[in-house]
Amino acid sequence: MESWRRFLESDFFYSFKKSPVAIVSFVVAMVLILSAVLAPLIAPFDPFNPATLNLMNGFTQPGEPNAFTGESFFMGTDDQGRDVFSTILYGMRISLFVGFAAVFLAMILGVALGLTAAMAGGRTDTIIMRIADIQLSFPAILIAMLIFGIAKGITPPDMRNQVAIWVLILSIGLSDWVQFARVVRGAAMVERKKEYVEAATLIGRGPVIIALRHILPNIVASVLVIATISLALAIIAEATLSFLGVGAPPTQPSLGTLIRIGQGFLFSGEWWILFFPSVTLLLLALSVNLLGDWLRNTLNPNME
Amino acid sequence: MALLDIKNLTIEYPDRHGTFTAVKDVSLSVERGEILGIVGESGAGKSTIGNAVMGLLQAPGRIGGGEVYLDGERLDTKSYSEMRPLRGKRIGMIFQDPMTSLNPLETVESQLVETIELHLKLGDKSSKARAVELLDQVGIANAAERIKQYPHEFSGGMRQRVVIALALCAEPDLIIADEPTTALDVSIQAQILELIKSLCRDRQVGMILVTHDMGVIAETADRVAVMYRGDLVEVGTTAQITQAPTHDYTKVLISAVPPSNHRVERFTRVDYQGDGESRVKDLDLETHWLGEGNRRTAESGPILSIKDLNKVFKSRTGFLAAIGASTHAVKDVSFDVQSGETFGIVGESGSGKSTIARLITGIHRATSGSMVYDGQDLMKPARGREAMLHRRQIQMIFQDPYSSLNSRMKVGQIVAEPIFVNGLAGSRGEALEIAKDLLELVELSPDAARRYPHAFSGGQRQRISIARALASRPRFLICDEPTSALDVSIQAQILNLLKDLQARLDLTLLFISHDLPVMRQMCDRIAVMKLGEVVELAEAEAIFEAPQHNYTQQLINLMPKFEKIEAA
Repeated sequence: MESWRRFLESDFFYSFKKSPVAIVSFVVAMVLILSAVLAPLIAPFDPFNPATLNLMNGFTQPGEPNAFTGESFFMGTDDQGRDVFSTILYGMRISLFVGFAAVFLAMILGVALGLTAAMAGGRTDTIIMRIADIQLSFPAILIAMLIFGIAKGITPPDMRNQVAIWVLILSIGLSDWVQFARVVRGAAMVERKKEYVEAATLIGRGPVIIALRHILPNIVASVLVIATISLALAIIAEATLSFLGVGAPPTQPSLGTLIRIGQGFLFSGEWWILFFPSVTLLLLALSVNLLGDWLRNTLNPNME
Repeated sequence: MALLDIKNLTIEYPDRHGTFTAVKDVSLSVERGEILGIVGESGAGKSTIGNAVMGLLQAPGRIGGGEVYLDGERLDTKSYSEMRPLRGKRIGMIFQDPMTSLNPLETVESQLVETIELHLKLGDKSSKARAVELLDQVGIANAAERIKQYPHEFSGGMRQRVVIALALCAEPDLIIADEPTTALDVSIQAQILELIKSLCRDRQVGMILVTHDMGVIAETADRVAVMYRGDLVEVGTTAQITQAPTHDYTKVLISAVPPSNHRVERFTRVDYQGDGESRVKDLDLETHWLGEGNRRTAESGPILSIKDLNKVFKSRTGFLAAIGASTHAVKDVSFDVQSGETFGIVGESGSGKSTIARLITGIHRATSGSMVYDGQDLMKPARGREAMLHRRQIQMIFQDPYSSLNSRMKVGQIVAEPIFVNGLAGSRGEALEIAKDLLELVELSPDAARRYPHAFSGGQRQRISIARALASRPRFLICDEPTSALDVSIQAQILNLLKDLQARLDLTLLFISHDLPVMRQMCDRIAVMKLGEVVELAEAEAIFEAPQHNYTQQLINLMPKFEKIEAA
């Protein structure tokens, strides 16, 4: 209770209250995330249960009753009669899960490598940062596709659908650690020169403890900012991969998969199958991104 | 009519917690040819007055009341753009740091000519001639050639001369100098102050000299205004303020300035609106935690012995290491420190004094030489727990109290960390209890343990830093400019605390500073360093009363002498 009150009085919350962009994007992101988490409770249909599907309901217009069954769907249905609203809710779960997990992986990897580079210096630093530079010279999506291709090649064919999501997480995570490593290394090198680190050395702390207990807590704000911005990028990367057909399998459709399926119907007049997943993806990525920008400006005013 | 007339000026900074009044109802005036010193500690509002006169208040700051007149012309109602023709032309400004107040990408000539052309509407040729003349007047030799150079080709003092020339370009009536010598070494400070004085006299320019340094004020100003937390507490002639201050705060401020001509046992009571200073409580080393198991191993001889110490820094990194230049930061330095004494190292910036501290503590590796602490060779890494613990007897108090504490750790954790890292307490809880006791020892309340460093002022942070150093049970304490980031009254408290602790705990101090009066108060023996070499090493009194080396004599002569006025 005490810490909650302190939070409400903090400069952080004050600047949040004063920023309409932050409030709107926070609300939008929260609504989307919560509805994805609570999808089994909210969704009117279970799109993965063939028993509840009725092929007769295919291609129902949003908000209008179906010509054969008379049932009506808020966002319409796709070719197999699946409720678009429900598939979006379930699709968003996959997108968000992949996004969060990939960012988490990238963060762990990037922070560890960045801290190591900053603390060790010399050859270790050079090797880690040169690898990062090489990786940065390719578009992240290419790296992700490369990793995805290799991983798919080495998994047995009958396991592919089960592991597809994890492969997706691995490939996006591995393509995204560079941002974290660079920021962490830069910030850690600044902190390392500060006198409190010298003091910790003097009392006999080793480099690992100094990195984790002294330096890391002081740079966690910049890591948080990168993580938020990376989340938006990871969601988009996942959608891109799935759109290209190399990501989430059709049995577990993510937003990107839904968009890929939907674009086939765009010119035959069933616009809603493409439109609603696309708008959801747009809102999700945009709100998280704006939130990340606001966070960066608030936590680190000199970066503006 | 006075050149500058400030009447009942109030400056406010509104924010979400309410309105902070930085300057309250201040009235001041400056005559032509007069230097008005504004002195006060940090947060007194002294710089804010200068900025308000220039029309350069940073948002959200605003003038909340009062009037400012320059030669009868009202300034405070003018907008930012209406002030523009006045800035530079009628009011010049000299900033604190000459390293950042010049544009590094333009030659000195183009910066001077730009200003002259803008304000005096002279042609190209006559502007250039004028620029050379100005540089000559501020004492830059070979002005005609040096004017073609870039700022980085000038030393710090020379740059400040260029900045002064820049302020003089448009022949202003009033110059505002905000801590003009704070970033400079003592020897250069004296030259710059002399220059400022003669320029004001010869050109009949009025000046506001903002500084925290009583010595600078005493040597330069005609009249002094003393400020305390936004209030103008006293105005008077320099002689009156320094010799017969009437306000309590001025008395406190003056008593806190370390005298340069004699040594005092303790600084007098220095808190004005503080919590009252108490002496460090007596403690019995035989029974107190601090006394356990840190006896010396070798009973006689110096506690620290340094011979022919050298340190060469290579500007390295990457593949091109061979090309990098090297700096010889410490050259063949030898000295012994006796147990229980305070050994001082004094020198200007770049003299290598801080490098020596970092060589002793092992943060940097020495290139060659020998260092023996109490029988242990400091040139080799310590082997085994005993040797490690023995080495931890050397602790350090840092210069900057804002960066020397980890802002993400509670004060209790900060002070307790050395205790449990080194296994000096049975449990974490016990370590925390000892930490609280140490906080009390440095005159902080034990409640401080539960708070984060940002809740404390600079002086309180320095106390925390001292408590942390004590938590390793040190016998040898290195103080690297421990008070240079602090206000003068806080400085006196910290120095008193160090003296008390030394007496109670039988500590040996290595005191590093550029501040000669402070050195005189603290040190038994002093080594004077210049460019990495020790040029003179003697008893402190001998250094001040009978300096032998040329450089020492120069330093002693140039330090701003606060007592001169007292004697006059």
